[in-house]
Amino acid sequence: MSEPKRVGLFVTCLVDLFRPSVGFAAVRLLEAAGCEVTVPSVQTCCGQPAYNSGDSADTRDIARGVVRAFRDFDYVVAPSGSCAGMIVKHYPELFRDDPAMAAEAEELAGRTHELVSFLTDVCGVTSVPGKYDGTVTYHDSCSGLRELKVKQQPRALLATVDGLDLRELPGAETCCGFGGTFCVKYADVSVEIVGRKSADIRASGADALLAGDMGCLLNMAGRLKREGSDIEVRHVAEVLAGMLNQPAIGDGQS
Amino acid sequence: MSGRERILGNLKRSLGRDGLDVNAVAAVERRLASRNANLVPKRAARPHAEQVDLFIEKATALDITVARVGGLADVPGAISDYLAEHNLPSEIKMAPDPALDGVPWADRPMLKITRGRAEISDAVGVTPAFRAIAETGTLVTVSSADRPATLNFVPDDHVVVLNASQVIGTMEDMWAGLRADRGDGDMPRTVNMISGPSRTADIQLTLIKGAHGPRRLHIVLVDDGAA
Amino acid sequence: MQPTSHAFKQNAKRAMVDTPLQESLRRLETGFTAARQAAADGLPEFEDLRDEARGIKNHVLEHLDLYLERFESRVTEKGGQVHWCETPRDARNAILEICRKVGARTVTKGKSMVAEEIALNPFLEENGIEPVETDLGEYIIQLADEPPSHIIGPAVHKTKDQVSDLFHEHHQKYGKTERIEEPEALVAEAREILRQKYFDADVGITGANFLIAETGSTVIVTNEGNGDLTQMLPRIHIVVASLEKIVPTLEDVSTILRVLARSATGQEMSVYTTFSTGPKRPEDLDGPDEFHVVLLDNGRSEMLGTELQELLRCIRCGACMNHCPVYHAVGGHTYGWVYPGPIGAALDPHLIGLEEARHLPNASTFCGRCEEVCPMRIPLPKIMRHWREQAFEHHVSPSPERFAIRLWAAIAKRPMLYHLGTRIAMAVLGRLGRRRGRFASLPLAGGWTGGRDLPAPEGRTFQAMWAARGGRTGR
Repeated sequence: MSEPKRVGLFVTCLVDLFRPSVGFAAVRLLEAAGCEVTVPSVQTCCGQPAYNSGDSADTRDIARGVVRAFRDFDYVVAPSGSCAGMIVKHYPELFRDDPAMAAEAEELAGRTHELVSFLTDVCGVTSVPGKYDGTVTYHDSCSGLRELKVKQQPRALLATVDGLDLRELPGAETCCGFGGTFCVKYADVSVEIVGRKSADIRASGADALLAGDMGCLLNMAGRLKREGSDIEVRHVAEVLAGMLNQPAIGDGQS
Repeated sequence: MSGRERILGNLKRSLGRDGLDVNAVAAVERRLASRNANLVPKRAARPHAEQVDLFIEKATALDITVARVGGLADVPGAISDYLAEHNLPSEIKMAPDPALDGVPWADRPMLKITRGRAEISDAVGVTPAFRAIAETGTLVTVSSADRPATLNFVPDDHVVVLNASQVIGTMEDMWAGLRADRGDGDMPRTVNMISGPSRTADIQLTLIKGAHGPRRLHIVLVDDGAA
Repeated sequence: MQPTSHAFKQNAKRAMVDTPLQESLRRLETGFTAARQAAADGLPEFEDLRDEARGIKNHVLEHLDLYLERFESRVTEKGGQVHWCETPRDARNAILEICRKVGARTVTKGKSMVAEEIALNPFLEENGIEPVETDLGEYIIQLADEPPSHIIGPAVHKTKDQVSDLFHEHHQKYGKTERIEEPEALVAEAREILRQKYFDADVGITGANFLIAETGSTVIVTNEGNGDLTQMLPRIHIVVASLEKIVPTLEDVSTILRVLARSATGQEMSVYTTFSTGPKRPEDLDGPDEFHVVLLDNGRSEMLGTELQELLRCIRCGACMNHCPVYHAVGGHTYGWVYPGPIGAALDPHLIGLEEARHLPNASTFCGRCEEVCPMRIPLPKIMRHWREQAFEHHVSPSPERFAIRLWAAIAKRPMLYHLGTRIAMAVLGRLGRRRGRFASLPLAGGWTGGRDLPAPEGRTFQAMWAARGGRTGR
């Protein structure tokens, strides 16, 4: 067997803080795919809150930290299209005026991936540990979909999960209204948008909603729970890894 | 300084161009002089007979009605049939174009024909076409002394007498034809590309025909042997 | 128009409880997105054509001065006249002067966003000239005394009941006393009333989708045919257009036409694409005696060579707003100025100032769908981000927001502080939220919890658990 791929897991701040289970699910999936996973402890956040608020100086400082923390890996993988997209698409732009850093950022961008597409496109994974008894629907988070072209990969892997029935979500490519700081800066509008999304999710008839980004998941789960829905909301990695012990997002321990 | 000079000055400054930039001028001249088409979709790249079929298919999908006739002799009958079908008076305003002189109008003595530009009272306008574009089912008319553009827009019904030989593949083919006819840079005052009867969706996105221009667009397609 | 962009949040609140508006927005969302997709799927070369179209406009912008000069000389050769106008006021005055010369009392107008930009109608009215909008949507909002809410469907926010009411109120003077309801009948009534106006008007004003340097032609693209009647029947035709509308050749315009209607309404071609070159020729039987092009700059020349240059590729198809989740939620009027939706969010700060327009580039989820569907591949989110940076740098953003962002950044830059702070915070939140799994309200999180719960964190951070398990941390 060849050398294992040395993967640095960029766990993302939302997974780190809100949903560690997703981090462990990611580790399980990566290890099952033959990767050696390291989680550098100097990581925090990719810098999107500052970047999207126009604070580019702070963003650059944060990005420098990420570049430094993930220098020594074959690959950097994040269970988030949004954070991976930030590193892949936006870090190089951030350092347009700093050629040395720009080169480093480019180099990092070239080996950074969103988790599920990394499993399929880089590792060639065609089967996963997960089993699931029920009907799920899948929301395409915007950054993963549009910046990294993550679309078929999660569907392909979900199709291999024993017992799982995937029902397409009407308007799956429509934004859920999270938008990072948008969700609090323009809370009314954000709630209106996620309200439409939750109607589509309910209309899909699925028992569970999956997606690949914690921000969107917190938003959609928050809305579904406020409406009293018992649709379970989980990160796609939890289902693929078969790690379903933790109550679903926004559900209590009952 | 005039507005013109200030605007051009601003543009040059923003573009970082001082004085005359011979390279830029050359690039512009090259582009204007080259009649090169950009990427042209392959859809209409087919033999002429099939282009005619494609045109009919596309035009029909745009709610244009097409009556195909064997020759100019059949045109008056086709127009009379159209008028009868829509309960229209047997009266048309026709472009004073010699291209329509070869039609044996006398065969239909009941058909009242006046020629000239359209007036508000004209119900049916009859015009020739310049070309018809197979790619999209689009008719092209050009204005001239013999072809008043008002006939395309004022009457409720617009009937176009089109020869099959006038069907071409694409807009680019049409421009090439226009330049060949008139020489470079000489545009008719009006070139109309018409892709269906007038329509609007401004009320609740409901599609309604006959907003301001013709409610109906009808083509009498004459097989003139070229197809 | 007086901008209300600064009141975006209040505008949005009102819009979201406006039931007829919301009905209209649903229709727009489903109708336009499906139509565009079908049109794009129906042409194998569509994506490549977008690249071509972008290339054409990029080339034009790099040589804009030269193409404009060429355009002008062609227009002049054909007997027309170009009026160069730096500001909206210059443009309004140029138009008024032309109208006054012929003693114009009424002008008919085709739909023109530039005419909206220069606020032409109120100006003409102040000067005793009656502007009559002839595009059905523009006509409806003129009766309602409202600005357009969409760049290709100005009255897309109106339901047919509202249109019925408007016609019933305003058509009495034409002897139309019955209130009619069916869209077909409404269109017919407007047609009948406007028909005479075309013939009566002294001047016809249209916009232009394109100006062609090769031939000096102006091009309008419409479905109703109102623009054509507007420009061919009166004695004077005035085209009002902004200077970036220029395209080199007939071939170039053909390429862009292939992506324009598909992106806008999902048609392969709009019904009428009309090329006008100069006034009526001596031998012609119809057409205007005079042909004027009022060319507006209004700050566009300053956009060249900056981050904003790419906005000048815009062909005003409306695809960005047709696909925008924020536009779908709040409608066009919420944006508070002429250009709504993503294009407005990127353009309006330049045209009306960042202070007035500061909400617009912020009120976006950055979902990227606008850029995905833009036929000219304008990086709209990137330009909105540019405005956010400007706002942050020049302290236009509100201070509590700046404080929160800088605080988070300060923590994110210090892993030790981050780990310590987040461990404590998550432990507290996790304990509080464990039973229900979520919070219905939380101090300082009112924005979030106003309309949704906040899922509770599990309680320990991933990094703490990973370290506790002895996982590899690379140290």
